[in-house]
This record gives sequence, structure tokens and C-alpha cells, in this order.
Amino acid sequence: MTAGAVSTLGSALVPPAAPVRGRGYWAGVARRLRRDPVTLGCATVLLLMMLVIVAAPLVAPFDPYQGSMARRLRPLGYAGHLLGTDELGRDMLTRLIYGGRLSWFLGITPVVLAFGIGGLLGVAAGFAGGWVNSLIMRVTDVFYAFPSVLLAVAISGALGAGIFNAILSLTLVFVPQIIRVAETVTTGVRTLDYVESARASGAGALTVVRVHVLPNVLGPIFVYATGLISVSMILASGLSFLGLGTRPPEPEWGLMLNTLRTAIYTQPVLTMLPGFCIFATSLCFNMVSDGLRSAMDVRG
Amino acid sequence: MTGNLVEARDLHVRFVTRDATVRAVNGVSFDLAPRETLCILGESGSGKSVTLRALMRLNPAKRTVVEGRLRVGGHDLVAAKERTLSDIRGSVVSMIFQEPMTALDPVFTIGRQIRETILRHEAVGRAEADRRALELLELVQIPSARRRLDAYPHEMSGGLRQRAMIAIALSCRPKLLLADEPTTALDATVQIQILLLLKQLQAELGMGMIFVTHDLGVAGEIADRVAVMYAGRFVEEGPVGALMRAPLHPYTRGLLGATVHDQPRGQRLTTIPGAPPNLEHLPRGCAFAPRCALAEAACLPAVPTLRGPEPGHRARCIRVQECGLERAA
Amino acid sequence: MMFYVIRRILYAVPIALSVGLVCFMLVHIAPGDPVNAIVPPDAPQAVVEQVRRAYGLDKPLPVQFALWLGHVLQGDLGRSLATGRPVWEELRGAVANTLRLAVVASVLGFLIGAVLGGLSGVFRGRLIDRAATTVAVAGVSVPHYWLGMVLVITFSVTFNVLPAMGAGPDNAAGWGWDWAHIRHLILPSVTLAVIPAGIITRAIRGTVSEILGQEFIGTLRGKGLRGRTVAYHVVINAAPQVLAVMGLQLGYLMGGSILVETVFSWPGTGFLLNSAIFQRDIPVLQGTILVLAIFFVLVNLMVDLMQTVLDPRISRA
Repeated sequence: MTAGAVSTLGSALVPPAAPVRGRGYWAGVARRLRRDPVTLGCATVLLLMMLVIVAAPLVAPFDPYQGSMARRLRPLGYAGHLLGTDELGRDMLTRLIYGGRLSWFLGITPVVLAFGIGGLLGVAAGFAGGWVNSLIMRVTDVFYAFPSVLLAVAISGALGAGIFNAILSLTLVFVPQIIRVAETVTTGVRTLDYVESARASGAGALTVVRVHVLPNVLGPIFVYATGLISVSMILASGLSFLGLGTRPPEPEWGLMLNTLRTAIYTQPVLTMLPGFCIFATSLCFNMVSDGLRSAMDVRG
Repeated sequence: MTGNLVEARDLHVRFVTRDATVRAVNGVSFDLAPRETLCILGESGSGKSVTLRALMRLNPAKRTVVEGRLRVGGHDLVAAKERTLSDIRGSVVSMIFQEPMTALDPVFTIGRQIRETILRHEAVGRAEADRRALELLELVQIPSARRRLDAYPHEMSGGLRQRAMIAIALSCRPKLLLADEPTTALDATVQIQILLLLKQLQAELGMGMIFVTHDLGVAGEIADRVAVMYAGRFVEEGPVGALMRAPLHPYTRGLLGATVHDQPRGQRLTTIPGAPPNLEHLPRGCAFAPRCALAEAACLPAVPTLRGPEPGHRARCIRVQECGLERAA
Repeated sequence: MMFYVIRRILYAVPIALSVGLVCFMLVHIAPGDPVNAIVPPDAPQAVVEQVRRAYGLDKPLPVQFALWLGHVLQGDLGRSLATGRPVWEELRGAVANTLRLAVVASVLGFLIGAVLGGLSGVFRGRLIDRAATTVAVAGVSVPHYWLGMVLVITFSVTFNVLPAMGAGPDNAAGWGWDWAHIRHLILPSVTLAVIPAGIITRAIRGTVSEILGQEFIGTLRGKGLRGRTVAYHVVINAAPQVLAVMGLQLGYLMGGSILVETVFSWPGTGFLLNSAIFQRDIPVLQGTILVLAIFFVLVNLMVDLMQTVLDPRISRA
């Protein structure tokens, strides 16, 4: 569930594209970011998480797939298992670290894909106008007619479980949103005088797009996309929670939430851990995205 | 206490934020008699709008510090509490703004916005307020007044909107009308109409008016007295005729020389070189000195006091006498 | 204005049709022979062929779509593979349950969002703004299905004051607005309310502070109007945008309740969807998605129309 109503919230969520973005502008952005401890703190946390996840084989104490039924659902700190063991006796800390890999992958990939595809289509629609714009935007409207969760579940449900299908369905959910944002921003920039004067002086369409339009629209679209990452993670883990994403025995935070549910009455603390990881990651991404948006919004 | 409508003595207004302190008004003093019109003339950033808003204490409360003496219609505005101030605004003093499209609430009808003001300040019922609203629209010469009562701001042309704003401002018969560049956003022909309307209304209602503008033509048309403002101070003040014919301060002379009107053809337009000073860091002496052709060392240590050939026409320039000589020449 | 209203309603028709098309295609993008979606796996070949002809699966796709559409418009959404009952019968009770949950959660979310958003919009930059914004960000960052589990652990497992599952005592079929049923509603609706609360807080904060920055606020002060009256002006100006966001959130909650319903075993459309997916009960899957999506289209339509009515700049332009 996202703030999909870009048209009503557009002005509040998307920073305006200012015409001249010289080096002074980006220096200003960097300066404002440096003075924002919350954003920097969250960005640091994310960076650390990423390092731990990437270095999983080096950092994790146990094997993520090896478990012993004799040691299932042990509490925190039991016999060297810092965060206890799961329902099949596997070390929780290891599972969480390795699970981060899949969760991050499932969360970030659809947004990256949607940024590419949606950005292309949105900028094209915004820049070309006319029937191209109508065609792209009407098709986008159809997908917008579905609530995100419903669409993701429907497509995943139809295609079946699996990582690839989950990524596909999530990408399909986010592409329309990015198209909308990209089209709005591009249309706003296209009508600005300096673009018109570039075209009037004979610059070819592609050049105008590359030199004048893209540098000014990529920023806002990128900020919007970073805001989507947290949603994507929650949705992706949600799909796994329903059994539609990752399949056992792969470690993934959402799937772990599902499989640990039965332990809710015996080891409640354990069952909360994977969800907490999703929450923390999602929160940090949101704070960073908000911080970026504030820093880039010249109006303050 | 004299019979003056406005008495301002040594008014200082500054905006204090975490990053800086902006000294927008630095020692403004003047009197306004009832039924008199004062025009404050200046560039953007001179402090004229801030001065005007200070006359109603309309500046943002959190950041603004107002010092000095200010009496309007017998009320002490510097010491007054917000409750008293809100009673005074709209009833004793009213203001009209530059851009009526943004200064009026877009989702309320004109009639409601007038009625709201009347109901706030006067103990009358809705029906009476509506009747007065209609009267006011006719007073400001809006055609089809009854229909316009139910119109929204965006449904009217610029000139009509400005008339509507004037109607709102006059709804409680204020003694003082403040106008912040009310004609700047209008077409030339409409400008004249509005100015004439304001003069007529002033005479009919017996109001004092303080007009802020950067347009010399407007000042010439409507003012009794003119005060030229620069860097938060009045650098020259006097009767409109005398000031325009024989300006005392180099800045005023620069402004008058910089118009396109009445200039001989083929000659370069005179401009004032340089830019207005940063209001965060004002110089100790005359603020215009860096841009002044007549500046000398004596201009720098302190701000010149007001002085001039006649009591009503004075300027802050140590070389006023010479300007007087030039005038005679 | 009537012209605009009619045009907007007419525009909803192709959207609804396209939504129907997407739902129809869901079956056909699934791997495998669509017949297997309708017929139990152990059916004899003759039956399979019969069903194939009856459902027109041997005909080209556009024809199939037309046939399907025809059935749907007559209220026939097919029969459930699992229970054999008409899909609509399965849906009726579920839709009602989800509607109850979504409406209660929406109202909760709106109230919290309005208070937090209003406070932070008015006192922008101050402590209360930062506190409210942090709560709002937390609200949209939390995986609500996890939050549901945390609430269950706190209130059901540890303190045992609220039930963990179901919609009523002993899963009784009916619903009544009595305490026995309402206590089941509390945890799921609070869980579900968190996300709209967060989104609405942010929306109201943005709208209110934008309005407070506009020129006419100065005029209102200049007329001597008191704080209460100015607040009224702000509310009226903010209403179209804010109500639009609230309406959309209600739509999202209806369509997106599956995760929370799964956590709490709340017998609504989400729960139905969940079991339909796992039983590969395609008619139920299709029917549920179609109903939820059409509901969302209708909500969108009403929100647009309401904005037109409320904002004089649109309707009388």
C-alpha cells in the first residue's frame, strides 16, 4: 500500500525541478545533507547492513541451512547462538544475515527495473506529448486502478511462487507509479522556457532530452524511487510471508516470519526478529529518502 | 496627543532567525494627518512593505522584533496585545495587497469574505452584513454587484478583483487604509481607474492613506506627501510637488532621472550603479554612499540626520545645501 | 460542471473494462492449460473436453473474453472449484467482513492522521512536528503483518486480553456490533490503521503548511480575524485534497487487507484470496480480484467527483 495518488500528493512528494543545476546546487545539497544527522545516521546504518550482508560468508557464525532438530527454537544466547535458533534448529543470526541478501535483493531489484523501464516510458510520454503520451498514460491508468498489494498478489498468485515471479510482479506494480512521476516532472520541465529555446535554436530532440531534460528530471524520479524501496521490501517480504515469493529452505525475512509463526506462543521474541529487520531497513530507507528530498528542495 | 492619525517615532523592525538578523526598518519616523495620503517610494528590498505591515503589526510574529513608538488612531501598537491588535485590524486600519488573486481566499465567495469582516467587527446580523456587502460592491463601482456577491475570485478580472479587495478593506469604515502596491499587477488603463477610485473613496470616507509603490507616476498621481525609502530608512520626505520638482537626496534624483518619461531622445538613460546594501550587514554611515556620485569621507562615520531648506521637505544627506544650490541654478 | 461529471463517469467505463481484461488474463498467464484451472485434476478426458467446449476455451481469446464478460455482467462469476458453490456466494460474506474491517481501520487512521498532520502542519519545524513526522514515517515503514504479530504477542499471548484470530466467538457465521465481536475487531483494525495514519499525516502536514504559506492568510490576519476563523479557512481550503487522499486510502485498505487478514485469520476477501491461491481455485481468485478492483475504481471515481464538487476552482472553471 503506497501513496499511489501522485496527482493529489504530487506537489508535496516530488521536489520541483529547478532549471539551472550547476555545481553550486549539488554543493548545496551536499552541505544540507551533512548538517542532517538523522539522514546521515540512517544512511550509515544502511551501509553497515549492506556490508554485513555482502560479507555474509565471512561474518555469519553458522551455516544457514544446517540445523539440528534437537536444538529447535532455542532462546537468545543459547549455546553460542546469539539470537537463538529457528523452528528447524538453524542459527537465527546466520539466517537473518543470509536472509538479508534475498530480502534486499527482492526489495531493490524491482525498484531498479521499474526506475529504468518506468523512467524511460515516463520521460518519453512527458517529452513527446500527443498520442504517445495518451497511449502510455491510459495504459498506466489501468494498472493504477489496482491497489498495489492486490496487483502484486494477483500476478504472483497467477504465475506461482518463486523469486523470479515475485520480482516480475513487483516490477509491474512499480512501473506505473514511476511512469506517473516521470511524466509529471518531464512535462513540467518541457514547458519551461529554456527547453523551448533550446529546441528553437535547432537542437535535436534527443540532444535536448539528454542535455536539458534528463539532468533535471532524474533527480526527483530518483528520490521517488528511493522512497519506493521500503515499500518494495515490505511487499516482497509480504509475498514470501504468504508463500508466494521465496520458497523454503532459502532464508528470507518474510518467509522466516511465516515459518516462525507457529512459535508465537512459545518463543515470541524469536518470531519478532525477522520482522524487526524489515522494519529497521525500511525505516532507514524512508528517512534517507526524506532527507534527500529535503536537501534537494531549494524552497526548503 | 496631537490630532495625527499616525505617529511613528524611531521605528525599528528586524527579523531574527538562527542564521542571521535582517534589519529591515532602521529608524523611521513620520506623522500622518487624517485624510492625508503618504506615498512610500522605494526599490524592492528597501523595507517599504515591512514598514507598511508593521503599521498593522502584520509581520510574522515568531521572527519579528518591533521597537520604537507607534500610535495609530490613538492606539499604541507596539505595546498592544494580539487580542487588541486583531480588533484594530480591519476596523481602524485596513490593508489592500498587490496581487488580489493570491490575496483572496480562493474557495470563498467575495460576498462571504466581505460579510466575514463585517461580522467580525460590528454587532450586526447576517442580513444586515449582506446588505452592506452589496452596498460596498456598488461603492467600488463593480457592475452587476448583486451577481458578483456569489462570485469566486478566479471568476473575475484583475481589476474587478482589486475592487473587491478594496470593498473588503473598507467594509468597516477604517480611518487608515494601507495599500501595498495595489496597482502594480494591473494593466495600465485599469491602474488609473483604481487610483482614481481610491482617491474618490478617500475623500468620501475621510480616510488617511499610506501607499507603498516603486512607481513614480503612481506617487505623483495620488500622494500628498512622499517618503523615499532606502535600506530601511526615509532618506527624503516632503510634499509631492516639491520632491518631484526639486529632489534633495542623490538617490531620489537618481530615481527621478531613471524613468523613461520626458527624457530627451538620443541620450543615454541614467541609472544608479551598484546594488542595494545587504540588510544583514548595514554600514555605519550613509547606506547610499557606496553608490553615490557625491559621496565623501564625511558620509561614512554616521547616518546623516534629516535636514533641508524647508521644515516639510528634508533629506538625509550632508550635502543637501549643495543640492539646493544646484536647484537654484 | 455536469458535463465534467458525465465525462468522468464515462471515463470509468473503459477503465472498468480494462480491469476486467486484466483479471481475465490472469488465468491465461498462469503456466499450464487453463482447463486445469477449472476442472479437478483427476477428471476423465471426456469431461475435460466437455468443459473446454462449455467454457469456450477452444475459441479465440477475444471471444472467450466476451463470453466471460457476459457472464460477469449477469452476476455469474463461476463456481468455486473447492466448494462447488457459486463464487458470489463465497464472496458476499467475505466482502462484508473486509468492509467492516476496512471502514473501522480507515476511520481510526483518518482520526490519528488528522490530529498528527494538523498539529505538525501548523507548528511546522517545532518539536511536535518532528515527533508527529517521526511517528508517521514509522507508520509507513512498519511491515503491517509483522506489527499484527507483535500486537498478537503483546495482547493475546502475554496479557491475554484480546483474541488472536477470527471474527467472532466460535467463528459464528453472523456479525453483530456487540462486545463479543468487537473485541475481535480491535487488533486487526489497529494494525491495518497504521499505514493510512502515516500517509494521511504526511498528506495533511504538506497541505496545511502549503496553505499557511499562501498570501491570503496574511489578508485574513489583516482583516482582524481570530485564530479559529483562520483555521476554518485552512480546513476548507485543505478539504478537497485531504478528502481525496482519505478516500483513496479506504480503497487501498479494501484491496490490500490480505496480509493483515492472514495474520489474524479474519474471514474477509483477503483470507479468501489466500486460500484461493493455495487451492488453485481460479474462479474464486478471479472473482475476488475483480470485485476488489472494481470497488477501487468506484472509490477513485467518487473521490474525483467529490473533489470537483468541493473545489470551486475546478467545477466552475
